[in-house]
Amino acid sequence: MIRFDHVTKRFGSRNVLDDLSFEIQKGEVFAIVGPSGTGKSVTLKHMVRLLTPNEGSVWLDETEISAATGKTLDIVRSRFGYLFQSAALLGWMTVEENIALPLREKTKLKEDEIAERVQSALEMVGLANEGEKYPNEISGGMQKRAGLARSIVCKPEIVLYDEPTSGLDPITSRTIDRLILSLNRRLGITSVVVTHDLYGALLSADRIALLHQGRFVEVNTPEQFIRSEQPNVRGFLDAQFVPRDWDFESQRRGNQESE
Amino acid sequence: MITREPDWGEGRGLFGGILHAFGAVGRGGVLVFQSIALFPLMLVRGRSRRELFAQMYQAGIRSLPVITVVAFFTGMILALQVGLELRRFNQEIYIGSAVMVALLREMGPFMTGIVLTACVGSSMAAQLGTMTVNEEIAALEMMTISPVRFLMAPRMGAMILMTPLISFYTCIVGILGGGVVGLTQLNVPWGQYITTAMNFGDLRDLYVGLFKALVFGIIITGVSCYQGFTTTHGAVGVGRSTRQSVITSLLLILMTGYIITRMFYDL
Repeated sequence: MIRFDHVTKRFGSRNVLDDLSFEIQKGEVFAIVGPSGTGKSVTLKHMVRLLTPNEGSVWLDETEISAATGKTLDIVRSRFGYLFQSAALLGWMTVEENIALPLREKTKLKEDEIAERVQSALEMVGLANEGEKYPNEISGGMQKRAGLARSIVCKPEIVLYDEPTSGLDPITSRTIDRLILSLNRRLGITSVVVTHDLYGALLSADRIALLHQGRFVEVNTPEQFIRSEQPNVRGFLDAQFVPRDWDFESQRRGNQESE
Repeated sequence: MITREPDWGEGRGLFGGILHAFGAVGRGGVLVFQSIALFPLMLVRGRSRRELFAQMYQAGIRSLPVITVVAFFTGMILALQVGLELRRFNQEIYIGSAVMVALLREMGPFMTGIVLTACVGSSMAAQLGTMTVNEEIAALEMMTISPVRFLMAPRMGAMILMTPLISFYTCIVGILGGGVVGLTQLNVPWGQYITTAMNFGDLRDLYVGLFKALVFGIIITGVSCYQGFTTTHGAVGVGRSTRQSVITSLLLILMTGYIITRMFYDL
């Protein structure tokens, strides 16, 4: 569905992405993990042409995103939802108005239909009673969930999550992880998650990719990822105290029970 | 893509600097034309019209206290300086004409430009710059909402409508300020002050002054929005963009003021 074809991105003389090639399948949760500054968010931004590659190309089905402009780019972007690291809510609008914004600006829906869609999105992310508040009146976790509601209100096929759990406590982080998984399972949304949070990735992703020096050194299912002998993967896992025999079943069960 | 990728050494060296400046003028110019072209849409679309009125209030009404003080004192200073010279020739009754001509032709639009650069332009650059570094502009682009239409066009429309009006208001208040100095310190009766002012005031001076103000409004909005949209490097970048927008606007206002004067008045 999304394909990176030998993408190189340079900032100054540094290759942030270095001949990166991979493909994300329709309907999967694909997590990109790695230490800070390795280009995870840069990779995500290339998927919607918020950044353009110096070499190579990025494709969504048969459309080259990295070369899309004008209407083509709008059509491509309308297939995506994007949860920004800072949630990127407009500060002078209430949570409800933020979520309604793409519907008001880009569709011809009537106000009562918009209100219904907004309420449904708010309920989905557990913010049914917070719609009238302004972003600075709610917590960071709530802002992330409001951002998520805004990114799914137009019913996108793909949602990109940029550090959805950064700066959040472990309980809220797991809530967000469950939300990502639930959106994927209930609505069939293809999800790309960029994260430091390895536990979240292990619990919710279908495949995990570790980005190191501009390339994926490992792309694998969570079960195989934690058994990898690749030195960078082992270093990353050991740094977060994830053992080779991490019990997926009980962790996933625990995660569902706490829901 | 309206926002700019991080600046990794662009504009280094003389040649790089010149290239960067030309690029900025080109990109800024495109934004200005796009936002002006969207002006009719502002008037037709209900939500855009409301935003236009909100921006007119921000740019116009909220600047009035500062504008009033600046205009009043500008008029007083003009009257005092000119009056002191004219008094040497017992011609102080003509201060009205001097104040009128100076305000209509140059000081009215110029003071309006300076005050709006400081009050409105800096605020635009800071607000849009903060939105850029907080990824709110990118979020709008992701929702396929054009930041130019959503954010810049209402500001441009508001400044196009308000700057000439504020400039006219500046002239009126300035003339009143001059009249107060004339009356209290130069013994020029109010009636005589107004009569000489009206006799020397030319409609062309008024039109050229208002045209200047309109151009200054476009410059302030164009520069400030461009600086805001191209902010990088977080809070430091917001500060840099705000400062840069004020400096660039003031320099362009000075240069454009001269060019317009030269266009309309023969030597």
